[in-house]
Amino acid sequence: MDTNTNNNILDEVTQGEYKYGFYTDIENVMAPLGLDESTVRFISEKKQEPEWMLEFRLKAFRHWQSLTEPEWAHITYQKIDYQSIYYYAAPKKKKEYESLDEVDPELLETFNKLGISLDEQKRLSGVAVDAVIDSVSVKTTFQDTLAKHGIIFCAFSEAVREHPELVKKYMGSVVPYTDNYFAALNSAVFSDGSFCFIPKGVRCPLELSTYFRINAANTGQFERTLIVAEEGSYVSYMEGCTAPMRDENQLHAAIVEIVAMDDAEVKYSTVQNWYPGDKQGKGGVYNFVTKRGLCKGKRSKIAWTQVETGSAITWKYPSCVLMGDNSIGEFYSVAVTNNMQQADTGTKMIHIGKNTRSTIISKGISAGRSNNTYRGLVKILPGAVNSRNFSQCDSLLLGDKCGAHTFPYIQAKNESSIIEHEATTSKISEDQLFYCNQRGIDTEKAIGLIVNGYAKEVLNKLPMEFAVEAQKLLSITLEGSVG
Amino acid sequence: MLLNIKNLHVSIDGKEIIKGLNLGVNSGEVHAIMGPNGTGKSTLAAAITGRDGYEITEGEIWFKGKNIVELSAEERANEGIFLSFQYPVEIPGVSMTNFMRTAVNARREYHKQPPMPAGEFLKMMEEKKNLVEIHAKLTNRSVNEGFSGGEKKKNEIFQMAMLEPTLAILDETDSGLDIDALKVVAKGVNQLRSKDNAFVIITHYQRLLDHITPDFVHVLYDGKIVKTGGKNLALELEERGYEWIKDHQLA
Repeated sequence: MDTNTNNNILDEVTQGEYKYGFYTDIENVMAPLGLDESTVRFISEKKQEPEWMLEFRLKAFRHWQSLTEPEWAHITYQKIDYQSIYYYAAPKKKKEYESLDEVDPELLETFNKLGISLDEQKRLSGVAVDAVIDSVSVKTTFQDTLAKHGIIFCAFSEAVREHPELVKKYMGSVVPYTDNYFAALNSAVFSDGSFCFIPKGVRCPLELSTYFRINAANTGQFERTLIVAEEGSYVSYMEGCTAPMRDENQLHAAIVEIVAMDDAEVKYSTVQNWYPGDKQGKGGVYNFVTKRGLCKGKRSKIAWTQVETGSAITWKYPSCVLMGDNSIGEFYSVAVTNNMQQADTGTKMIHIGKNTRSTIISKGISAGRSNNTYRGLVKILPGAVNSRNFSQCDSLLLGDKCGAHTFPYIQAKNESSIIEHEATTSKISEDQLFYCNQRGIDTEKAIGLIVNGYAKEVLNKLPMEFAVEAQKLLSITLEGSVG
Repeated sequence: MLLNIKNLHVSIDGKEIIKGLNLGVNSGEVHAIMGPNGTGKSTLAAAITGRDGYEITEGEIWFKGKNIVELSAEERANEGIFLSFQYPVEIPGVSMTNFMRTAVNARREYHKQPPMPAGEFLKMMEEKKNLVEIHAKLTNRSVNEGFSGGEKKKNEIFQMAMLEPTLAILDETDSGLDIDALKVVAKGVNQLRSKDNAFVIITHYQRLLDHITPDFVHVLYDGKIVKTGGKNLALELEERGYEWIKDHQLA
């Protein structure tokens, strides 16, 4: 195929429109523009938080002021003006909804448009949803069912009020506010998010899911999620996100903390589809996220699966600290960048306990003029004897104007451990496309088929419902790009 | 006439490879196209199936009464033209089942038919697998990934069976095949032969023609068909070599 044809197809089809770009006109309560101590106090007051929570926020805020924004990632963007952002926006209505009838119909419509039904009766069985719009949790479904098992699944702000002992004990224990610039910012101004507690020996009977939506203009979303899995428990947790199309960039700086005790297992799946900006790179969400799981107990297991298709900038390294002996950390990632998107994403696997194991499978797909970077750290400490890591980092390039980069860092401090690293870079070949065409499959469908095949190892790790959504998303984001 | 190629000229990067080729194929016929390497055999296959980069500078390709020169590769495929590739391509992560279902349903969509129900599709897979003695496991694997040379060629015939083309072009299907695989491939083709379809078998050697008897044998040389005969022409070529044709041309 000649270069011209290649580029035409590429231009035509890598440009699937972002279909979640609508904006809902809801009356909001906003914090005053910008950030200072009074903003922090405003948020805490709005959320009717206890004094200790405010103290935590203020400590984090003061620490944040002493930090400078990190610049080591392989991304370029205009410096964020932290004083031109609203740090709190909440739909103007009563905060707690007794029943669905009380929820603003505009809000319900928003989630219906996103394909998220908050009506428990209508939900497909097996998924409990927490819906977060801008700074507040709108509705959590199936709470009663879960409570029967002793499971707590609620908005983070609710947990602060209802379960302060648990929040105090675990919040910041995996990602302290001193961790990094964006973690400090989040700790100061975090809005809402989900809290999830699975008691000893309980296998959570439902998939838990949080749906995040940025709606209001110039508003940052700073959600915070905390998952605690006690001894021998199991939970599968899913997270989805979208935002309206806007010309301005929106900031999203989240923290997710997971704690897994002895024999506990937590699966955390993300389909990230924040607005990526337009084809010229105008607008889009800046996604600076700190996600970390602590395998505190023996034989505990934490698995991160992510499908990243959105955001103008993604800066995100879901990590595992393998503290308990024989604990397991897994990271499966598909990151797609198109047009002007930039992603610097990967993981950290910190091996502390004996016989700890980690697996990293990363599939990067770049199209348009985008840049896609895998950055990963495998660190094996002296005490982590007989530990193992396997990493596989594959890059798929569609077109000749995009970039794929891999930065693997490996630090091994003992001799009994084994680390394997494999990396490949490939293109969708003209031969593959013609082969599909000759079987009657058009180029758009062929790209979808090939990309989904390429990402299959990761997609297979997603819960069923998510996998279908993710497959469609991959096809939409990349239809027709040729290498 | 099912396929009627008139005065076809094909260039790659401005270099003319096919230089005025004429070929007519009726339903129910098997045509063999033979010739030395580099005379345009595979180019002909690519031009008929609509591969990008093969520029038709002159001439027409009529298929089922339609000039298909302007049709895309997938449209030609969906009109009923199938190519068994000389080098089948691997598509990692895409199972044969998924690939075939996509292909079968693409064709049905083209003909404004609803997608084939899953049960019916799986039944069809089973039937066709037996036809080419393909192992059940092969269809669970990714398209051609890790297949042996023989498996890849059998897999091409399996796909042909699934898609039931009216015109099948076999491009050097015999290359790299051991005699057992060759027999399986030939058996598959023979079973698929009917009065409603036609085969164009492109081959360098005549050994496949021991197992699939052609109605016509054409010799392609320097971008043109220079000699046409019955099945015995293949034997004569085998005996006398392509030098004979070259001499013939020069004379």
